[in-house]
Amino acid sequence: MTANAPALKKKRHNRMPMLAQAGPVSIWMILFVTIPMLFIIYISFMSRGTFGGVEYTPTTESYATLMDATYFKVILKSLEVALITTGACLLLGYPFAYYIARKPPEVASKLITLLMIPFWTNSLMRLNAWMLLFQTNGPVNNFLQAIGLTEAPITFIYTPGLVLLGLITNFLPFAVLPMYSSIEKLQKSLLEASADLGATPRTTFLKVTLPLTFPGIFSAIILTFIPALGTYTVTDMLGGGKVLYIGNIIKNQFGAIRNWPLGAALSVLLLVITALLIFLYTRFAKIDDLEVL
Amino acid sequence: MPNSIVSLQHVEKWYGNNHVVKDMNLEIQEGEFLTLLGPSGCGKTTTLRMIAGFEDASSGSILVQGERVEDKEPFQRDVNTVFQNYSLFPHMTVFDNVAYGPTIRKMPKEEIREKVMEMLALVQMDGYEKRKPDALSGGQKQRVAIARALINNPRVLLLDEPLGALDLKLRKQMQVELKRLQKKLGITFVYVTHDQEEAMTMSDRIAVMRNGVIDQLGSPVEVYERPRTKFVADFIGESNVIDGTVESVDGQTIVVKTAGGTVTTVGEGFAAGDPICLSIRPEFLEVSKTPVAGFDMPARIKDFIYAGSVVRTSIDLVGGQEIKLSRFEMDSSLSEGEAVYVWWDPAKSVAIHVEKAAEEVAE
Repeated sequence: MTANAPALKKKRHNRMPMLAQAGPVSIWMILFVTIPMLFIIYISFMSRGTFGGVEYTPTTESYATLMDATYFKVILKSLEVALITTGACLLLGYPFAYYIARKPPEVASKLITLLMIPFWTNSLMRLNAWMLLFQTNGPVNNFLQAIGLTEAPITFIYTPGLVLLGLITNFLPFAVLPMYSSIEKLQKSLLEASADLGATPRTTFLKVTLPLTFPGIFSAIILTFIPALGTYTVTDMLGGGKVLYIGNIIKNQFGAIRNWPLGAALSVLLLVITALLIFLYTRFAKIDDLEVL
Repeated sequence: MPNSIVSLQHVEKWYGNNHVVKDMNLEIQEGEFLTLLGPSGCGKTTTLRMIAGFEDASSGSILVQGERVEDKEPFQRDVNTVFQNYSLFPHMTVFDNVAYGPTIRKMPKEEIREKVMEMLALVQMDGYEKRKPDALSGGQKQRVAIARALINNPRVLLLDEPLGALDLKLRKQMQVELKRLQKKLGITFVYVTHDQEEAMTMSDRIAVMRNGVIDQLGSPVEVYERPRTKFVADFIGESNVIDGTVESVDGQTIVVKTAGGTVTTVGEGFAAGDPICLSIRPEFLEVSKTPVAGFDMPARIKDFIYAGSVVRTSIDLVGGQEIKLSRFEMDSSLSEGEAVYVWWDPAKSVAIHVEKAAEEVAE
């Protein structure tokens, strides 16, 4: 396989087919990704119009605003929530992914389907269902009271706890899938070899399983951390806008408040964090493993 | 049992309804090169994996150095394995792979370094310690895998078709090297293969397995020259296997009636009327243009096949069976289609009791 690789590469170096293959996608990407992104960066350096919109006089005012303690706090808070979400997704997701990966393929595919089913429903519907479940007089509270765990109903809605719970359930599958794919690829005989050489199951896990499934873990981090950092639907609905996260602020700046340059500056900040993570990812993981992204 | 380093006693293995290893009894001697030989699915790898601890025996006991190991995990057993697919850790260098065992046992760093270098030199892989397994050829990977196992000073080294993935030339070279290594180190090798030639080349003793049972256990010479069952005769090297009935017995000499004519062999425990099976190696088969005493087996030369070092002659018997004769040189006095008489030195043929052969058919 590896011996054939250079020969194949040589064939592909034919210029025209490469243009034909990559051309349409490149044009698509430039039109709908690169240009809008450049535009966002551009307006983040512009001034806010008096009645909303953008006034095209260059300024770094928006970035200066970002330095404000309020925004700094929001960013920190968002990072914290995204970090906790990611951590929880990894801790819950890894054992689950491991469990699925060690099942026979028929069983594994069924378990994966079960995991994915909630994501075939509309996310707004799902979040509304959550609201109903966790209402003051909702089923969850009724149940807790019925079994005598609490006397008075607990307020779940619009609390940071429920937001976290919502985020974790929302992103768990994105953590499980890449980790499942790298655990599944792990050869069982490597674990046997490790045991054979005298390693306890714990040592084998730390020295063989974990390092070899690291690409999957890193994909899981990226696939949960980045969206969790920018999300606003979950935080808006379950958090009721009581606690501000970076995603909500961006949404508000572009929407209700109509301060596009500030929204753009916040978006650029998110972009920078994302780019940094992807850069780290390509440094640590092999290109092959990018497929799981 | 003295000198017995691994002992299998009434070991059974079931996978669901599949009886993979049946009442296995085997004493492996200290320092010997023992091969478990058999076709795929005969239970040889399962047996090896039970010794290593990767599989649990359904019943029976396994002893390593006189100590029962059924309840020990693989990492607690004083045996090491060389895997068929090498199973080198892809994220570690050659050095770290070989150092894996000693590192876990918390050997001092300097000592590890020394031992790893010594082991790599032993398998002629010095200078490769910084490479990753991906950058090695199959043969090199196998050498590293062997070094990684041997560095732990195992009393027994288990090898599961370690040369299976290598090309023929490299395989032959590695066979010789492995055998030398085993002699030099004096470690017991338990080797699994389906390649009878490989087993013959390397082993002190061969256990020929079929359907979860050891059909015959003996030195390569014994197994080759005195096969105890029809299966062993067939599986080890090339052989002509002819069925018949005992016509008369005179001491050790037995006259056998077959579909192709009457022949003579030697054997014990036969009586007139018994079903019998004969095995005669192609190199011991003789033809002549006139009948030979004790033999009445007219036949016809079918064709000659030139195979480099030997010439194989196919011969059609009267009953329709085709048998093979091999010689180092072409016999120019014979021609295709010629009528001949088949015979052999009765002592060179092996008489096999058919009760055993019948068992084989039943299974």
